[in-house]
Amino acid sequence: MYLTSSPIDVAALLTEARALDGALCIFLGVVRNENEGRETTRILYEAYGPMAEEEMSRIARSLGQEWPKTRVRILHRTGSLSVGEVSVAVVATAPHRADAFAACRAAIDRIKTTVPIWKKEFHPDGSSEWVDPTKKN
Amino acid sequence: MRVNILHFASFREAAGQDEERRELPEGTRVSDLWLTLRGEIPLFGRYPAMPPAAVNREYVGPETILHDGDEVAFLPPVAGG
Repeated sequence: MYLTSSPIDVAALLTEARALDGALCIFLGVVRNENEGRETTRILYEAYGPMAEEEMSRIARSLGQEWPKTRVRILHRTGSLSVGEVSVAVVATAPHRADAFAACRAAIDRIKTTVPIWKKEFHPDGSSEWVDPTKKN
Repeated sequence: MRVNILHFASFREAAGQDEERRELPEGTRVSDLWLTLRGEIPLFGRYPAMPPAAVNREYVGPETILHDGDEVAFLPPVAGG
């Protein structure tokens, strides 16, 4: 299970380490109060549920092959999130820290590229728009 | 043949529905379906190229031939994380 509509229990992620692991690396994506100079009050996350699950599963599997002995766990929120809430959590565990850091970084980068999840930002004046990362820069 | 089309996020709002069933001629490709929808939904006309598409929850290329019962989705730019 990779998608959740409930708040992510960050403390529970700390129990992911296996006996062979010497490193546990966590990345948390958090809802920020602005984007591109505009204030954000909340973000609505929408997912193509079954495909998003399959994509995140595929990412976790392939990372485990690219960094042997490394395991990656991903949890992504859906629904309406307030500023400061955790939107995504990646936990990478490995015997050594270099692999844990690298797999964690690669996981969040791939999540942002291929997983069918969208976010709509809401502003204090009540306006909102869907975020389009391809329009940046 | 009939396919089930899913719309998400900005595409869902532009289409005015999250799901629709369509009767299509045999041999219809994903790119053919995109051109049909593009002619109907003004927002889609703003995309010069076909956006990423999924058939049965897997990314596919534009030449992919659709089959009866397929679940098809054109995906607006993803923004997870």
